[in-house]
Amino acid sequence: MKISGAEAVIRCLLAEGVDLVYGYPGGAIMPVYDELYKFQDQLHHVLVRHEQGAAHAAQGFARATGKVGVAIATSGPGATNLVTGIADAQIDSTPMVCITGQVGKHLLGSDAFQETDIIGISTPVTKWNYQITEADEIPEIMAKAFYIARSGRPGPVLVDITKNAQFDTLDFSYKKCTDIRSYHPKPVLKIEKVAAAAEIINKAKKPMIIFGQGIILSKAEEELKALIEKSGIPAAWTILGLSALPTEHELNVGMVGMHGNYGPNVLTNECDVLIALGMRFDDRVTGNLATYAKQAKVVHFEIDPAEIDKNVKTEVAVLADLKEALTALLPLIEKNSHEEWHNEFKKKYEIELDAVINEELAPTNGKGISMGETIEMINKHSKGDAIMVSDVGQHQMFACRYAKFNQTKSNVTSGGLGTMGFALPAAIGAKMGRPDREVVAIIGDGGFQMNIQELGTIHQTKVPVKIVVLNNEFLGMVRQWQELFFDYRYASTVMTNPNFCAIAEGYYIKARKVTKREELDEAIAEMMASKDSYFLEVMVEKENNVFPMIPTGASVSDIRLS
Amino acid sequence: MENKTFTISVYSENNVGLLNRISGIFLKRHINILSLNVSESEIENVSRFVIVVDTTEKWVQNIVGQIEKQIEVIKAFYHVDEETIFLESALFKINSSLLFDERQIQNIIKESHSEIVTVSRDFFVISKSGRRSEIEELHSKLKPFGIMQFVRSGRISVSKEKMEVTSLLLEELKS
Repeated sequence: MKISGAEAVIRCLLAEGVDLVYGYPGGAIMPVYDELYKFQDQLHHVLVRHEQGAAHAAQGFARATGKVGVAIATSGPGATNLVTGIADAQIDSTPMVCITGQVGKHLLGSDAFQETDIIGISTPVTKWNYQITEADEIPEIMAKAFYIARSGRPGPVLVDITKNAQFDTLDFSYKKCTDIRSYHPKPVLKIEKVAAAAEIINKAKKPMIIFGQGIILSKAEEELKALIEKSGIPAAWTILGLSALPTEHELNVGMVGMHGNYGPNVLTNECDVLIALGMRFDDRVTGNLATYAKQAKVVHFEIDPAEIDKNVKTEVAVLADLKEALTALLPLIEKNSHEEWHNEFKKKYEIELDAVINEELAPTNGKGISMGETIEMINKHSKGDAIMVSDVGQHQMFACRYAKFNQTKSNVTSGGLGTMGFALPAAIGAKMGRPDREVVAIIGDGGFQMNIQELGTIHQTKVPVKIVVLNNEFLGMVRQWQELFFDYRYASTVMTNPNFCAIAEGYYIKARKVTKREELDEAIAEMMASKDSYFLEVMVEKENNVFPMIPTGASVSDIRLS
Repeated sequence: MENKTFTISVYSENNVGLLNRISGIFLKRHINILSLNVSESEIENVSRFVIVVDTTEKWVQNIVGQIEKQIEVIKAFYHVDEETIFLESALFKINSSLLFDERQIQNIIKESHSEIVTVSRDFFVISKSGRRSEIEELHSKLKPFGIMQFVRSGRISVSKEKMEVTSLLLEELKS
């Protein structure tokens, strides 16, 4: 039986197990929306307020669930508005399929109304993209899109569908894609590499693990924990690895990188073996590469061959899916405790506690509310069970440094791209993907205004996300840099803000503003107890800085405590 | 690390947009492509890119890694000049009268091992294949007589060592 290309798109999505998509209609995608209308009992479409919101919501959904997020937009501006979200998903390895409408095939290249070369524009920021110009291509390309998005190192895929292909008919049959001859998403694990890695790890006197999102993407959380507990190796995490190991785990020694913890950063340059698990040695993690872990033998477990030796030269590289590799590694690892070495981390933590953490969590000298103590208060009420979605800037660093997590896939943030405006729509996606979990968005007053329109989506869908805006009336992170490196010249970082609570209330979202420390506990309790969405604005100390800090280009050993 | 000339060979599916994807990898790193040639390869329906760049070995390793990562790329290799057999081709369009008036031109053609492709009333065309230096030498010899048009192709090259692509694809078909 013949069906339209547009209907085929919907049937492909259903065949891939998709029941929720984010999008915004427009001329060139109308046939698909007409089918969404017909299939609304099987496929729920969430109308966002801007296509960037659709992309970030799809990302939030994907990050919280591990499934592929789907965003739909029309041609031209609809498609280009997705691009920031696509770039974010690419650099943070988030599985996402974006479907864009395109002008009819006969109009391609003619500068038609709302025509844009989205294939050309999205090429550098997609794992794969394809323009469908004939209806009968739809099933095969959609199958490939989902396979590519979720397999190997995941990433965003964009499928651009011309309007004629949506209207034309085809004989529909769907076969899931399981193989592309030029694409090898899962490297064959070489057991001799695992053995070589195990030998180095077993001989190490001062080994240290840094794990990244690869653990979460390959669902290797249990294997990681088993490895750490058997080997006694202290484990630090990158910002995207956060929540793969419970915060309170004894061997969890904190975050590496620019605003990471003191111990793991300094000790990166003192360990004898550095075991990198599903991470890519981003410059925010390594600081100056010329002085990064030069004394250490580096053992790198990674699924993407292009990451091996890209930034840091490895002694042994195990190219594999993390879960598979760690499962093979575990029996080869000798039981150890590395107590003395672990004590080094504890000592360094004491230093950080004294110099930074105590003051952040309980400010003295009459200082206003800090971001850190707000996060700590959320911990108290969430008990570490909430999904925390953070935006980009100082509040993000405080959220990642101080949030407590018991479960994996609980930290959703824009790591690699650093996209302000990410958190509000991503929180919508995360909550819709995990309605069983509490979702708290932590956003700065700058980033909140970059996708503030998504309050409309929250109002319309009644999705019960909790929104916390940490308001210091500054673009805080840039201000901090201006203070430290540009002699206090606050160029365009002062924010004259609107009445945020009135705006939230304008969208019929319950809102509250906290200006005094005494109110914080009760206000957060009220927010967490709310069955509906809730907006909480916390006025925080205006010129607080995030420390520790590795200045750009400095060595991880030169991390500053003040 | 010093810069060297590297020849990157890419075997890929023959798909629209892949050229853009591959050239973007160079663009992103601000590396100028010195020469680019795309053609069929020894395997049916598989294209072969030959890309010449001047960069460090570290960068070329990274670039080849990024190229191989592209979904439709089957395999990519890089080689230094000594590891490959390579040449470029050039066409020179020259005023016909010179062929008869300037005896020397016939000698230049003979000595340079180039070929006359066509001769018409107004112009004749010489084709020359070889190393860049040989083409440049011929160019400089012909220049005084006046060259109506000149064009040189990108480098084409084959490696001395085996490039394991056919076997990769065969394995793929078996599995």
